[in-house]
Amino acid sequence: MPKVGLFIPCYVDQLYPQVGLSTLRVLRGLGLDIEFPEEQTCCGQPMANSGCGEDARPLAEKFLRIFARYDHVVAPSGSCVSMVRNHYEQWLAGKPGFEHLRDNTFELCEYLVDVAKVTRVDGDFARKVGLHMSCHGLRELRMASSSERMVAPFNKVKVLLEQLRGIQLVDLKRPDECCGFGGTFAVAEEAVSCLMGQDRIRDHEQAGAEVIAGFDMSCLMHLEGLLTRDKKPMQVLHVAQILEHARLS
Amino acid sequence: MKGHAESAAPFVANEPRAHWHDESLWFVRVKRDRQAATVPEWEDLRSTASAIKAHTLSRLADYLEEFERNATANGIHVHWARDGAEHNAIVLKILNDHGVKRLVKSKSMLTEECHLNPYLEAHGIEVTDTDLGERIVQMRKEPPSHIVLPAIHLKKEDIGELFHIQLGTEKGASDPKYLTEAARGHLRERFLGAQAGLTGVNFAIASTGGVVVCTNEGNADMGTSLPPIHIASMGVEKIVPRPRDLAIFLRLLARSATGQPVTTYTSHFHGPLPGGEMHVVIVDNGRARILGEEAFRRSLSCIRCGACMNTCPVYRRSGGYSYGYTVPGPIGSILGPQRDPAAYGSLPFASSLCGSCTDVCPVKIDLHHELLAFRQELAKKGYLPWQKRFSMWVMGQVLARKWAFLLGGRLMRTLMPLLPRALVYGPWNPWGKQRELPPMPRESFRDLLKKEPR
Repeated sequence: MPKVGLFIPCYVDQLYPQVGLSTLRVLRGLGLDIEFPEEQTCCGQPMANSGCGEDARPLAEKFLRIFARYDHVVAPSGSCVSMVRNHYEQWLAGKPGFEHLRDNTFELCEYLVDVAKVTRVDGDFARKVGLHMSCHGLRELRMASSSERMVAPFNKVKVLLEQLRGIQLVDLKRPDECCGFGGTFAVAEEAVSCLMGQDRIRDHEQAGAEVIAGFDMSCLMHLEGLLTRDKKPMQVLHVAQILEHARLS
Repeated sequence: MKGHAESAAPFVANEPRAHWHDESLWFVRVKRDRQAATVPEWEDLRSTASAIKAHTLSRLADYLEEFERNATANGIHVHWARDGAEHNAIVLKILNDHGVKRLVKSKSMLTEECHLNPYLEAHGIEVTDTDLGERIVQMRKEPPSHIVLPAIHLKKEDIGELFHIQLGTEKGASDPKYLTEAARGHLRERFLGAQAGLTGVNFAIASTGGVVVCTNEGNADMGTSLPPIHIASMGVEKIVPRPRDLAIFLRLLARSATGQPVTTYTSHFHGPLPGGEMHVVIVDNGRARILGEEAFRRSLSCIRCGACMNTCPVYRRSGGYSYGYTVPGPIGSILGPQRDPAAYGSLPFASSLCGSCTDVCPVKIDLHHELLAFRQELAKKGYLPWQKRFSMWVMGQVLARKWAFLLGGRLMRTLMPLLPRALVYGPWNPWGKQRELPPMPRESFRDLLKKEPR
């Protein structure tokens, strides 16, 4: 049985512990051997994203030290996984174990579909759900076809969710528009960021969604912040939280 | 110079207009999607175009010299300009040599980049931009806000008002057909009175020594058919090796730009009119330096279709002027700071890095990765504000140590709920201006994990 290292992004660990727990439970439900290495903190994306690559380097090196010994590394975040898979090269190229780490770090849904080969999801979720395909999972990890590219449509998150009994996945006008979070962008470009978020919410509203589901808590944190401020009833949920009570096989 | 966020603020503050701008450009993006979908080999075309560009850029000097030989053999005068100033001086000399006082121009972002119009006007030449959108912004004494749709920031009512003042159309009239007719009459006079025509260049073909200009209004053809002198201004990167390469780009260009199968006019110029003269001015203006930068070289493949602008969620909601550079949007945010990192240093940050620009780009420029790389470049060269560098250094130090990370997290989760709201949501908290912070959980994930049964 493969040994799986659980990577819980820093802000999920501190602010959304339930999402971490749901991820763990989903993976354990598959009978996988999961370990949460206590030494982990952050992948370094906030610093790299701001241009301060040298401040991110020690975190990339630390990540390699911690996670190199696992067969697979799984995280409930498309963005942090993209950091490891697409951006660690600049600091870790040639280091022992790096290529293995890069090729074996997965976002939760893509792990379930591509590696654990889950084909059946047995459970209930009788809600109207809008799926927010966050950009890094979509266009950096290719978890789904993006609307710009002329390729056969696919969506690794949808194939899991649509099997839940009672779920109604609603149609958005702009299925893969960015929500405007963008890491430090959310603060540095507050006005544009919030307008993007409002537009994203309106698209879910017009589609009749009760829940915005996603696989990046950062995007959802931004949308939730806007929803709460505006006292809107729509809820945000991480896919792991939705899958937690289902049986996967 | 103001940063992007600051320049975007007034645009965003006018929310109905920002939404209208967003919808207008999204409409073009959807048209593009429909057209791209009609080409089964779309992704192959993109890869081929990208490969042709990479190849051409790797032998740029050879192809440019081949072009010069063949163009000269066709009777075209070829000029080389190191920068914008040289380009402008060359154009002025050609005009002066022939006593030209009235020039008509078709769309050329290169001449915008070189600030040709004000230069010629200062030297007593009447310059008329003949692309309708360009003419509109020229009348308003504004630069284009988009490279393909120069007046996309204006509503038909704005144009009705402008034409009323400038062309004497009826007050309050905003019917596009009526306004276009008025512009057509006005431009016809300028075409007939022009002594020389200047065009941009979409593609220059090395093996034939000719240039290709794509327009939707036929204005380049009008401007080059009547006056005896044709000046074509091109950046060094506009070269393609052979006519068959052109076929790839022409299928991509119009579909990506406006969602048309092909531009209405695709005009090939391979020599002067009988008795006339044709000049091609080949301009570097910093391009050779970009070619030497491995991380940003691919930005030179750009064919200026504007698709990255139409798709960019930030551009759509902040407008072209918020970028403050000749070429706005994702590609401009790479080209601008390469020219002047001090002036345009905020542009690589004017992106959520969503990657839509990269996926829409017909020549597969890895735009969002270049934007990210440029952020690091700016940091290395010392162009980041000290507050940002300092806060990221602190953050890096904290996150590198588990104890500091856990302590920081615990402090935040414990103290935040105790602090008065006015303190948490003060003006120093841009997150909280329109958004709530997440509710602070009592325990972290690792706290909860200890209680989780195995």
